Amino acid sequence: MAHAAGVIFRQPSVIPGFGLALGFTLIYLSAIVLIPLLALVVKSAGLGWSDFWRLATDARTLAALRLSFGAALVAAMINAVFGLLLAWVLVRYRFPGRRLIDAFIDLPFALPTAVAGIALTALYAPNGWVGQFLAPLGLKVAYTPLGVIVALTFVSLPFIVRTVEPVLAEIDRELEEASATLGATRLQTVSKVVLPSLLPALMTGFALALARAVGEYGSVIFIAGNIPYVSEIAPLLIVIRLEEFNYGAATAVAAVMLAISFSMLLLINLIQAWSRRRFGHGA
Amino acid sequence: MVLEPSFQGAVLAAPARSSHRSPVSEAPATRRVLIAIALLFLGFFLFLPLVAVFVEALRGGVGTYLRAISEPDALSAMKLTLLVAAIAVPANIVFGIAAAWAIAKFEFKGKAFLITLIDLPFSVSPVISGLVYILLFGTHGVLGPLVESAGIKIVFALPGIVLATIFVTFPFVARELIPLMQEQGTGDEEAALSLGASGFKTFLLVTLPNVKWALLYGVLLCNARAMGEFGAVSVVSGHIRGVTNTMPLHVEILYNEYAFQAAFAVASLLALLALLTLALKSLLEWRFADGIAAVRGH
Repeated sequence: MAHAAGVIFRQPSVIPGFGLALGFTLIYLSAIVLIPLLALVVKSAGLGWSDFWRLATDARTLAALRLSFGAALVAAMINAVFGLLLAWVLVRYRFPGRRLIDAFIDLPFALPTAVAGIALTALYAPNGWVGQFLAPLGLKVAYTPLGVIVALTFVSLPFIVRTVEPVLAEIDRELEEASATLGATRLQTVSKVVLPSLLPALMTGFALALARAVGEYGSVIFIAGNIPYVSEIAPLLIVIRLEEFNYGAATAVAAVMLAISFSMLLLINLIQAWSRRRFGHGA
Repeated sequence: MVLEPSFQGAVLAAPARSSHRSPVSEAPATRRVLIAIALLFLGFFLFLPLVAVFVEALRGGVGTYLRAISEPDALSAMKLTLLVAAIAVPANIVFGIAAAWAIAKFEFKGKAFLITLIDLPFSVSPVISGLVYILLFGTHGVLGPLVESAGIKIVFALPGIVLATIFVTFPFVARELIPLMQEQGTGDEEAALSLGASGFKTFLLVTLPNVKWALLYGVLLCNARAMGEFGAVSVVSGHIRGVTNTMPLHVEILYNEYAFQAAFAVASLLALLALLTLALKSLLEWRFADGIAAVRGH
């Protein structure tokens, strides 16, 4: 019996259907997600280390990865600032149309990326709605890395707002009152009392935004101009290699991107675990 | 609950210099400036692109617009998009329910890891979601020769598009159901079972009504992504006009052929779908906040 207790897989329950539900879940998960991802791993392992390294560190690949990562980082930082501001305004202030605007924040989740891509290009092209006013200033947005940043800012906009909003709404206002009665200015209260407790949520949102932006394809390819070494993102390079039937190169770029994404997923989980220990709640 | 700042201020603030300025809110001027900056940012990044879609779509007049969305290639793209969503969404509903049942109603080892695996597709680039099926089922793929000898065409055909769509929309239903069903516990089901209901009857008459709004919420998000997916589908579709073109792919083809007005016309239909999704989603959040999981954001 002592032996059996050591290998108990699940606790007994009167509810039926565990085997069927878990069995179906595992089969479906394996068939749709795990086995296909394994195919990618097998394929890149089949390349051999030296070939893989050559393909993954090819100058054009590195330029594309640098752009995807750099632009995603800038976009996430822009959204950290404005996402925090939006969450603050939407949670703390009351003004007409607030609920409508709050609902509207999720537009980038709902709008197909290709639609966002052509719309942003129509706005920021040199003869576009906004672009025509920027062009005389010497500012070119569409068909440059700046265009990539604009598209990535659009697609990753909701993440930080949505992770910060619930935490900000839960914050105990008495802490701020205490801070005010102890003589702190409003700015001191916000920066030393409120912001630190928002930090885990902000970091989680930042990581989610970054993860989404790094892999983004649809909204970027229209506005980027896609010039190799300049405004060509990593997912596009995968597509180009596939169209050349160069499966090895496509696989190598994909494997590098996947490794980066999974590290970020791990990072998000670590932030949340840290936040639960430090603040007693997940971000 | 957030207290009304101005009301709270009126109670707390001393009636001295700054008549009713709350110590736990910002000065009215600061507030107005912050709201203005937030709205300006949203205007440029969210509102303007949405307006641009409809204005560009109607630039050549209503007649041209209607012609663009009723030409045969556009119609076949719409049909394919609806067909793909009609297969992918129910598949993920069945999976979502099964996964939530196993995870929320039972205690077993490795549960946290399983939840992480279910969320995995969200952290994979859409292009890679398509690529993996080419590496698996393509001519040079791991299982390529096998499916070819069986006479099945997966890549550059409907099955590939459906698989890629299922992959990218995989977690939507499950992740709405799991937290809510975990919160609800097993008390209701145990009561029904002890009163003699069968397992299936318990699920149908007790569990399902408990989670119906969360299920609808997940289906809504799943459907929006399924109909709008571009990257993953673009990789596996092969872009065969009138055959393997979904609506987002049709938008791309028209745009690359400089048929801008037609591209925006088809895009406007997808934008309407997005607006409808947002409206229904907000309705669910406002009316049935208790019936959907507290977790938001994707």
